[in-house]
Amino acid sequence: MAFDKMELRDIEVWDGNFAAAQALRQCQIDVVAAYPITPSTPIVEGYAKFLADGYVEGEFVMVESEHAAMSGCIGAAAAGGRVATATSSQGLALMSETLYQASGMRLPIVLNLVNRALAAPLNVNGDHSDMYMVRDSGWIQFDAYNPQEAYDLNFIAFKVAEDHDVRLPAIVNQDGFMTSHTAQGVKTLTDDAAYNFVGEFKPMNDMLDLDHPVTHGVQTEEDWHFEHKARQHRDLMVTVMPKIQAAFDEFEKLSGRKYNIVEEYDMDDADVAVVCMGTSVETAREVATEMRAQGIKAGVVGIRVLRPFPFMEIAEALKDVKAIAALDRSSPNGAAGMLFNEIAGALFNTDTKALLSGYVYGLGGRDLTKAHLRDLYKELQANADAGKVTTQLQQFIGVRGPKLAFL
Amino acid sequence: MSEIKKIKNLKEFSTSADRFEGANLLCPGCAHSIIVREVLNATNDDLILSASTGCLEVCTAVYPYTSWDASWIHIGFENGSTAVAGAEAMYKALKTKGRLKQPDREPKFVSFAGDGASYDIGFQWISGCMERGHNMMHIVLDNEVYANTGGQRSSSTPIGSSATTSPAGRISYGEKKNKKDMISIMAAHQIPYAAQVAPNKWKDMVKKIQHGLAVEGPVFINAMSACTTEWKFDPKDTMSISDLATDSLVFPLYEIID
Repeated sequence: MAFDKMELRDIEVWDGNFAAAQALRQCQIDVVAAYPITPSTPIVEGYAKFLADGYVEGEFVMVESEHAAMSGCIGAAAAGGRVATATSSQGLALMSETLYQASGMRLPIVLNLVNRALAAPLNVNGDHSDMYMVRDSGWIQFDAYNPQEAYDLNFIAFKVAEDHDVRLPAIVNQDGFMTSHTAQGVKTLTDDAAYNFVGEFKPMNDMLDLDHPVTHGVQTEEDWHFEHKARQHRDLMVTVMPKIQAAFDEFEKLSGRKYNIVEEYDMDDADVAVVCMGTSVETAREVATEMRAQGIKAGVVGIRVLRPFPFMEIAEALKDVKAIAALDRSSPNGAAGMLFNEIAGALFNTDTKALLSGYVYGLGGRDLTKAHLRDLYKELQANADAGKVTTQLQQFIGVRGPKLAFL
Repeated sequence: MSEIKKIKNLKEFSTSADRFEGANLLCPGCAHSIIVREVLNATNDDLILSASTGCLEVCTAVYPYTSWDASWIHIGFENGSTAVAGAEAMYKALKTKGRLKQPDREPKFVSFAGDGASYDIGFQWISGCMERGHNMMHIVLDNEVYANTGGQRSSSTPIGSSATTSPAGRISYGEKKNKKDMISIMAAHQIPYAAQVAPNKWKDMVKKIQHGLAVEGPVFINAMSACTTEWKFDPKDTMSISDLATDSLVFPLYEIID
């Protein structure tokens, strides 16, 4: 090996971006093709610096747009090697055409998506509208709530994506600024332990195998297109979740850190539950504990895997509660929120009598405070006591002016 | 170094090893396939190829078939150049890391795209590839029109042409803009080689392709591709139409070195 290993302390103080960059170094990415955008830029800057300092071997291609970044990643992945990049918001919007191409071509690229609002109006702060925009693009999507998870989930993402039974790209989400720029203690893996966990890259249908030429990115019309898309959906629905669970299990053995498809907090006897993603999960957990001291049996369900959507796991986690709040950090622009709809779908044919209400919050980086969540849990308890939803089905939290509610 | 192929005559050249099969869906008389065969037959090097969305792509890789006996990738309309650039970056990375399966072989990286995919929608991607110095060749199959979508003007369409979006009519003579000078723009990227070629002048074309494959760094080739469908000539006349264009200097053949 012609690169130096890095001696890490057991616990380093890293923000989410640097944690992701360190994970990319430890996975020894072969090619990073990238374009800068706030707040994800430090991830690829980190890889470039590790390359410049001799801590990783590979090629960093600084391209002229996010569309070209993912295009270069696709070419590199088809050539046969480990590939990663990072982006946010408008960058993801620009590369969205190529996201469908990457997944349809079954190329295991890992994208660190540092969640940020979509313009207009232009805004650099965190919300989940970029995550939501590409949820049907055929990528696996993980969600990290803090820098530790941004670090750990990168290893999980490579392990699952590159599995020859999967061969699908994966996104690791983290909240812009709240996670990406907030330094916290991160428990590290040694370089050897981390690399051994993800393993050597095993090429498949690699263009650079000159004795076995391959054709990537063919044309299909009504004769074969449907079969390709159906196969991809089948693999997401059937194959991927067990692979993720196996990777979580193996990672727990290695690190002692346990991940779950959905993260339940105080759900065993909960009457009321909040379902959310990102940094809000940790806030909700603190408030749930407070509410229990006040006699409200509160719980939290965090989405760890957004795609494939944990339909069965969500139904199981919520089957015994009386009232549920689905928190969407993205403007649905004329519909119920995505989590509201997915949860409703997961519960509809079950025996549960749970009441479901939706909340839209935190757009453009607006804080979700503990006070907001205390009020929210009290509303859920009121719903549970009344046996019906006592508010409108969709409410906005923390927006200026008179209370905004619909449906 | 590029492996130069010795060519004695046109018969031998036109019948030599095919890494591009005649079994494809291109129109009879289409110059695209002639250009591609001349490029692939100019070298014995291993090739990593791409095609941008367009006639060449939709006619040569229709699942479950392929006309290509060399590694080939298509992503989209605008990014075929960057697909090959990404593959070239992976080649360099795996070479550094000692992970190439055939470490003693040095493939060449070539992207094919139409004039719409090069002059217009893919312009930025090609500029990026040329500027960054990837060791690759971009070849425009220049039929001066969006042929695959049925004859709309591109910025390669010359003045006076009648395209479906700039038709000649009762009060218009058709396209009013001059053809974009793409070769000068590419040469301004300080690349080692840019050239304009035509398949009817096959000896000149092969020489230029071989030169382009031999130099280190990005190479830009603009190849005239007579389009029987949109230029509306008899498929048997591809070569005579092409001769008219090159001999009259409507389509001049030249090169810009270093």
